[in-house]
Amino acid sequence: MAVMTYREALNLALREEMTRDDRVFVIGEEVGLYEGAYKVTQGLLKDFGPKRVVDTPIAESGFTGVGIGAAMVGLRPVVEMMTFNFALLALDQIVNSAAKMNYMSGGQFNVPIVIRGPGGPAHQLAAQHSQSMEVYFYHVPGLKVVRPSTPEDAKGLLKSAIRDDNPVIFIESETLYAVKGEVSEDPEFTIPLGKAAVRREGTDVTVVAYMGMMYRALEAAEELAKDGISIEIVDPRTLQPLDSGTILESVRKTHRAVVVEAGAGFAGMGSELSAVITEQAFDDLDAPVERVTGVPAPMPYARNLEKAKTPSKERIIEAVRRVCYANGNGKS
Amino acid sequence: MAQKTGTQPKPAPGAIDGDLARRLLNDMVLIRRFEEKAAEAYALGKIGGFLHLYIGEEAVAVGATSAMRPDDYAVAAYREHGHCLAKGSDPRRMMAELFGRIDGLSKGKGGSMHLFDKGVNFLGGHAIVGSHLPLATGVAFAVKYRGGDQLIACYFGDGAVPEGEFHESMNLAALWKLPVVFICENNRYAMGTSLERALAETEIWKFGRAYNMACEAVDGMDVLAVREVMARAVARARTEHAPTLIEARTYRFRGHSMRDPAGAVYRTKDEVEKEKLRDPIVLFRERALQAGWLVEDDVRKIEKDVNDLVDDAVAFAEASPEPPLSELLTDIFKES
Repeated sequence: MAVMTYREALNLALREEMTRDDRVFVIGEEVGLYEGAYKVTQGLLKDFGPKRVVDTPIAESGFTGVGIGAAMVGLRPVVEMMTFNFALLALDQIVNSAAKMNYMSGGQFNVPIVIRGPGGPAHQLAAQHSQSMEVYFYHVPGLKVVRPSTPEDAKGLLKSAIRDDNPVIFIESETLYAVKGEVSEDPEFTIPLGKAAVRREGTDVTVVAYMGMMYRALEAAEELAKDGISIEIVDPRTLQPLDSGTILESVRKTHRAVVVEAGAGFAGMGSELSAVITEQAFDDLDAPVERVTGVPAPMPYARNLEKAKTPSKERIIEAVRRVCYANGNGKS
Repeated sequence: MAQKTGTQPKPAPGAIDGDLARRLLNDMVLIRRFEEKAAEAYALGKIGGFLHLYIGEEAVAVGATSAMRPDDYAVAAYREHGHCLAKGSDPRRMMAELFGRIDGLSKGKGGSMHLFDKGVNFLGGHAIVGSHLPLATGVAFAVKYRGGDQLIACYFGDGAVPEGEFHESMNLAALWKLPVVFICENNRYAMGTSLERALAETEIWKFGRAYNMACEAVDGMDVLAVREVMARAVARARTEHAPTLIEARTYRFRGHSMRDPAGAVYRTKDEVEKEKLRDPIVLFRERALQAGWLVEDDVRKIEKDVNDLVDDAVAFAEASPEPPLSELLTDIFKES
């Protein structure tokens, strides 16, 4: 084990997989000479050369399609979106080509591709660079969707994504690249897709949260503990396939659930999580499931407005108190 | 490096022999009869959805494929029965796919617009206009990555030219010197929108110049002319890894799809009848007979063999069961 940043963990995963399998290559805007807009691909061009670290012009649909075509005939591309917001320009390729190819070819042409890059609220990046993009992808059959919250997950899940025989949407976060944590240096260390993690054990309320929201939930847990409310935090890590088993197991223990997402809420991940819990653990619930979501507005630039749009620690605490029917001082 | 040639191709003496002529005529007739039968089956409700016929354009797929190797790749849009047949796919499995049956190429899950045959390196039928141009560029990228000498033929209609993906793909293929041959089948109508109503530059081959890409226009009703132009593009792809844009000027004798049977709203009957006088099958048959590459008996035998093959394909499709319901949930993901 070594302590490294989330960014370094991603870089290490890429290096290990490129070393392990010469079919793996990295392609995208500024991934080579510039070493990545967020330096995730730092040093790769020097170590692996331009054949395997491919700088592209600004042509998201084009180079994503190039990746999909290359994957159809056996290569294993890792396509970087400088920010996932740009993936909207490649949405047709991802949804109509990558996601459906194996199905509409009756299993003849699978597409082993990873499309990765940062998404979600960051630091005053405003309306076009701050969207929680997972919602555009997990709805589509044929795509796997990963949102890794910790450096160790970043490494282990990216390696699994690269080894997967299907298209994987892998959305990181600008706000997490500098987060440090313990990461395995074993080149064979991976974390399977579709397996949630319990970040903090607790007994009173299950809070489902990922990425920056997971860290806010951890902060909320500290405060709530002072009032004697013990929350269990489940991080799905992979949104598609979703590990509903781990979430339901936790809810059956705590009998209360709060789901958190940074996105705008309506028909969002929180809606799906709430539906899964309500449909499959209704008899175990002592309170309706609470959703804590972003405000349904485009992301504003002004610092105070940006803060107000995104779920805060306080709003998570309020929701937890509501499902506990507690008004401020411990459980009712 | 841009050039325009090919309205009156003059194949070198001896370049065409009986075997080649038989193959070219056979493949064009096969596409024609296969689609005529498919149209009948569609009218009877045995084929559903959209059915876009290639009738009139056969010389493009057959001429181009005849200049390629079997291990080369091909990819096309949703009017792709002809390209799939030309590549050597089994008409029985293709017809079964059109019928939505388990013995179809994709077990009945793709249909007319999504024919795929890995066995002959046919990478599909893609029904979002322009979307397969980046895919073809990616296949060519993979060929170069692996150090191979294959190429990919990427067929698309004039309707794909105004799409952004045409521009992105042409640029990337030329920038990276990739072995892809872009073959624009210019049949003059994107569904009901004529070339003049869609493109600021209607001489499509000229777009290649903007990307420093070799580019040529060719009479797409002349199978030998297409073959000749394609042979140059193939050489360029194999030896220089360089792409080419070919504009094959052709015409679809039928409507946009079976739901537009006459195609009469946006073009005149006179125009269609005039173009039918340049039927690529008739043109080549007459030429082959005149040149002595074929005799009448060859032609009769081809007609009979093809009719038998297509009848057999229909019988095979009719006899094949519908896919079991379990197929609904298989192939969404490939299991590792």
